[in-house]
Amino acid sequence: MEQLIVDLTLILDSTTRLAVPLILACLAGLYSERAGIVDIGLEGKLLAGAFAAAATAAVTGSAWLGLLAGIGAALVFSGIHGLASINFKGNQAISGVALNFLAAGLTTFLGQSWFKRGGYTPQLSGDRRFNPITLPFANELREVPIIGQIYYELISGHNIITYFAFIAVPVTAWVLFRTRFGLRLRAVGENPKAIDTAGISVTRLRYQALIITAVLVGIGGAYLSIAQSAGFNNNMSAGRGYIALAALIFAKWRPGPALLVCLMFGFLDAVQFRIQGQEFPIIGEVPVQAIQALPYILTVILLAGFVGRAVAPKASGIPYTKER
Amino acid sequence: MTSPNPSDHQRPERAADSSLAIELIGINKHFGPVHANRDINLAIKRGTVHGIVGENGAGKSTLMSILYGFYTADSGEIRVNGVPHAITDSRHALALGIGMVHQHFMLVDNFTVLENIVLGAEDSALLRPTLNKAREHLKQLARDYGLEINPDAIVENLSVGQQQRVEILKALYRGAETLILDEPTGVLTPAEADHLFRILRKLREEGKTIILITHKLREIMAITDEVSVMRQGTMVQTLNTSDTSPEQLAELMVGRRVLLRVEKGPANPGKVLLDVKDLIVSDDFKVPRVKNVSFQVRAGEIVGIAGVAGNGQSELLESIAGMRDQLGGTISVNGNVLSLDGDDGAKRARDAGLAHVPEDRLRMGLITNFAAWENAILGYQDKYGSGLGLDIAKARETATEYMKKFDVRPASLDLKTANFSGGNQQKIVLAREMERDPDVLIVGQPTRGVDIGAIEFIHNQIIKMRDAGKAILLVSVELDEIRSLSDRILVMFDGHIVGEADPATADETELGLLMTGSHPDRVVTEPGTLPEHETPIQQTLVQMSPKNNAGRETN
Repeated sequence: MEQLIVDLTLILDSTTRLAVPLILACLAGLYSERAGIVDIGLEGKLLAGAFAAAATAAVTGSAWLGLLAGIGAALVFSGIHGLASINFKGNQAISGVALNFLAAGLTTFLGQSWFKRGGYTPQLSGDRRFNPITLPFANELREVPIIGQIYYELISGHNIITYFAFIAVPVTAWVLFRTRFGLRLRAVGENPKAIDTAGISVTRLRYQALIITAVLVGIGGAYLSIAQSAGFNNNMSAGRGYIALAALIFAKWRPGPALLVCLMFGFLDAVQFRIQGQEFPIIGEVPVQAIQALPYILTVILLAGFVGRAVAPKASGIPYTKER
Repeated sequence: MTSPNPSDHQRPERAADSSLAIELIGINKHFGPVHANRDINLAIKRGTVHGIVGENGAGKSTLMSILYGFYTADSGEIRVNGVPHAITDSRHALALGIGMVHQHFMLVDNFTVLENIVLGAEDSALLRPTLNKAREHLKQLARDYGLEINPDAIVENLSVGQQQRVEILKALYRGAETLILDEPTGVLTPAEADHLFRILRKLREEGKTIILITHKLREIMAITDEVSVMRQGTMVQTLNTSDTSPEQLAELMVGRRVLLRVEKGPANPGKVLLDVKDLIVSDDFKVPRVKNVSFQVRAGEIVGIAGVAGNGQSELLESIAGMRDQLGGTISVNGNVLSLDGDDGAKRARDAGLAHVPEDRLRMGLITNFAAWENAILGYQDKYGSGLGLDIAKARETATEYMKKFDVRPASLDLKTANFSGGNQQKIVLAREMERDPDVLIVGQPTRGVDIGAIEFIHNQIIKMRDAGKAILLVSVELDEIRSLSDRILVMFDGHIVGEADPATADETELGLLMTGSHPDRVVTEPGTLPEHETPIQQTLVQMSPKNNAGRETN
């Protein structure tokens, strides 16, 4: 019994860690899609953010400067996406895919030419990373059975970005449904003409959404390289941007469900790590690849059958043209 | 510009001597090569209902969009209450007390009524105070103008008439003194339109100024004090409504004399050409839309189907045309039962002697990216050439003939259909279907989005077909059109034929009651559809049931 709780706590702990980049990317996508801009480029922004953060942290020695650089890289990418899809009314999917290619190529190229480690940035330690924070009384309560253990293992001992991600969820819900900005953001994703005739700039609102998107996904990228890991390696986002988009659809563009779905994907990932190499009755050892594929297979199944009718914001993906 | 706030924002000083709410002086607007507004002058008196009429593309909507700040004029001056203003955007117009109810509502469908009303006019970064204030304000507006609405209803669940009410409330909440309504009755049932007019009269009594854009001359005569006529981007004339007549207005709009009344002799019905028996059809979501419908159309008669849009007329038409599978019943053309199930149903129907002018020419009648000559043979292309080849020369010859006979302008074979006006597009479809000499012609919304001049032509063509001994089934949401063309009227409600009327004697109120399923003598009593209602309160409940979406308001 005791052991089970320990095991479960450990799995949930790593679930939390693995879910953080998904949550941030998913919320990022939520802001832009609610404003009517499809952002396939989340994956690329995540990767670019991760690289910029690790490279900057390695050179300057500061994780915080790394974080800012990660946000900055995502902002540049968002700017390009905005220019293509808002000002020039281009196809948003194509712009996003182009940005993903750009990020994949650019990070490898710059990493190799700057650090000459086959695309890897130098190993980061100390102030170059975001280290776990021990919450008050965590050590004191450690010996208290169950509650103390949960507090010590699960609640305490994460880095600051993790806490930020979990706080960002209720904040997003509040912004979206309780503020003027949120009302307008939701309106511009449903019927931009209603916004325009109310005398509010559609372009400006959509850029505001893209900026929030960039900040969140940039932080998510920084988390990958300078919080969860100790450095950047090639293609380290590994499709998380796409999974975040899937999670967004599954959550029907709502922040609360988005958190749950991201945690579920994180949980699958955590389980996947733990059951690698273990013997199962009858089946025997399952190949690593099959287990690693689990979260992705689940994504397909969920998207294909279990989501039900997910109705996207109506104006999503459609450039706004005022003239008749 | 601060956000317009109904309670505390500053109204521009009123020039006390001026009785004019709005003056437009020398307005010009180009869209590329199109001169949409040419030197327009217009003066609108405060506290009046001012009508603006004109054909499609006459520049009415453009002019009003300029006044509302949605477009900016190339040149010209706008005076509000005697003071010149350069209205740069909609927010500016709202602050000057100008509100607009657009033809296509500018509402966010999945928002509540309250959210839609405060959108863009919020007082602070947090929503709650604004929402609470708006709720109180709405109650007051409801009391003052009879504009009752549930503030927490989701807009997409409201009937069209109610959505329009939300648009009006939106403008009033922002403190509008002048209200522009763009084709407000195009989507309403007769009863809903009456209700709207009552509201407009009430608004006028309270001193509001109303600008009504419409192409329905009957409405102009019924409610306006003054009327301005526009034609091809110019302002032709402004008249006192009491000094003019529909005939005069139509002539001013078109630039030549127009016959508003369809001239036709008595019908001469022959043998039954179209026989529909117990037809059951469902829509794309498997919801039954046509429920046991039976009727006949004889040679030499026009049978019109009246009804509020969405009561099964579309499915009925599509099913007869072979585009929609039947769940039950039979359709016979000229005595032969058509088996229309399957993908080539439309072709078999056509081969049996049935021609179909679809309701939505852009979606079903034409491929707008194709040239005129290609569209003129669409559906009959097998008759041009053999095997894989297409006899282009012959097809172009046919198209040339059609365009001449139906006066399609411009008579350019290679012009993309998308670039023709609505009336000319419709003429291409009509020519294609009528010139095949079918036994049965079914026509949906023959004059939707078509100019007054072309309407006259199209109506005459339909009468000509009738007089040539064809059986014609006509579906239209324009009750006037049904009444003037048909020899018999069938009223459809909730998938049933609920009544038959003689166009010569039927009165509008009675038809309206039938169309909304609330005629006391013709209550649908089939189990499982609508309950019988005897008392007024039960009647209201029936009208509010979700089944009866379109016809919810008949007060």
